[in-house]
Amino acid sequence: MIVDPREVSRLACRDAISFPAFTLLFSMIGFGSLVHQSDLPLLMAVALTAGIWGLPGQLTLVEMHVAGASLFFVVLGVALANARFLPMVVSFMPLMPSRSSNRASRFVLAQMLSINSWAAGLRRFPDITPELRRRYYVLFGVICMGSGVLGTVIGFVTVKLVPHEIALGLIFMNPLFFAVLLAGVTSRSAVTALLVGAPLGLFFHVIVPDLDLLLTGAVGGTLAFLIDRRRRSKVL
Amino acid sequence: MTLVLLTLGGIGATYVWRAVGVIFATKITTDSPVFLWVTVVSYAMLGGLIARMIVMPIGPLIEVSLTVRLLSFATGLAGFFLTGKRIFPGVIIGVGLFISLQYFYPDI
Repeated sequence: MIVDPREVSRLACRDAISFPAFTLLFSMIGFGSLVHQSDLPLLMAVALTAGIWGLPGQLTLVEMHVAGASLFFVVLGVALANARFLPMVVSFMPLMPSRSSNRASRFVLAQMLSINSWAAGLRRFPDITPELRRRYYVLFGVICMGSGVLGTVIGFVTVKLVPHEIALGLIFMNPLFFAVLLAGVTSRSAVTALLVGAPLGLFFHVIVPDLDLLLTGAVGGTLAFLIDRRRRSKVL
Repeated sequence: MTLVLLTLGGIGATYVWRAVGVIFATKITTDSPVFLWVTVVSYAMLGGLIARMIVMPIGPLIEVSLTVRLLSFATGLAGFFLTGKRIFPGVIIGVGLFISLQYFYPDI
C-alpha cells in the first residue's frame, strides 16, 4: 500500500505519460483535423474536447451536424453515444472516498473521467491508500486532458500537413487503444462482460441503432453479472 | 449561434450522465453486488462500443474497408498479446498496418 503523497504523484505522472497522454494527443490530432475539414471553428474543437471529453460522442456530434441533423437530434445522439459515463462514474467514485464536506468537488472530478483514467484507477487504486487516490486521479486526468486539448489544436492547425491516410490512422488508434487497454484486465467478470458486450453491441446497433449502447450495457452487463455469480457459487 | 448551442448541447448531454453518476455513486458501497453490476455494465458497454467503432464506425473510418479495419484491429491485438501484454507495440503494429494498407493496397 502506497502512503507517500510524492510517490503517488510520481506514479500518476509516469502512468499518464507512459502511454495514455500520447494516445490522447494523437487521437485528438485526428479529431482536430476532422473538425477543420468539417469547416467548424478551432474554439469549438477545443470546447468539444475539454467539455465532452469522450471521443465517440465528439465524433457523433461533428458527423451528425455535417450530415445536417437538427440540433435536438445531434444532442440526443451525443447523449446516447456517451451513456457509458453513467455506469463508469458510478463504479469509479466509490473507490475515491472523500470527506463529507468535499462532496461537491466530485461533480468537478467526474468531468475528468475517461476510459484512460477509469482503467488506470481500477488497476492502481488497490495499491494506493484511499486518501491519496484523488491525488493520483487528478494528476493523471490533468495530464491526459492537457494533451488531449493540445492534440486537438495541433490537429486543427496542421490539417494540411497531415496526410489523409495518417489522420484516419489516428482516429483508428482510438478503438484499438481502448481494446488493448481493456484486453489487459485480469478480472474474470470484466473479461466476460467485454466478450458478451462486443457481439451484443453490433446486434443492438443493427436492431435499434439509437439505444444500442444502453441496451448493450443493460443486457450484456446483467448477463455477465449472472454468469459471474453462477461461477462463484460453483467455486464455493 | 447555432454552433454555440450545438457545442453547449453536446457538453451538457454528456455531463448529465456524469452528474447522475455522481449522485448514484454516493448511495453505493464498493462491497455491494450493485457495485459489481455497474462495473460489468461499464465493461459490457465498452466492449460493445469498441466492436461498433471497428465494424460499423460513425465518421471518417467508414471510408476504409471493413477488411482493413478488422485485419489491423486483429493484428494490433495479436501484437499486444505476443509482446507480453504491452500496449505500445500492440497499438503501433495495428495503426502501422492500418496506414500502410491504405497507402499500398488502397483497393482492399
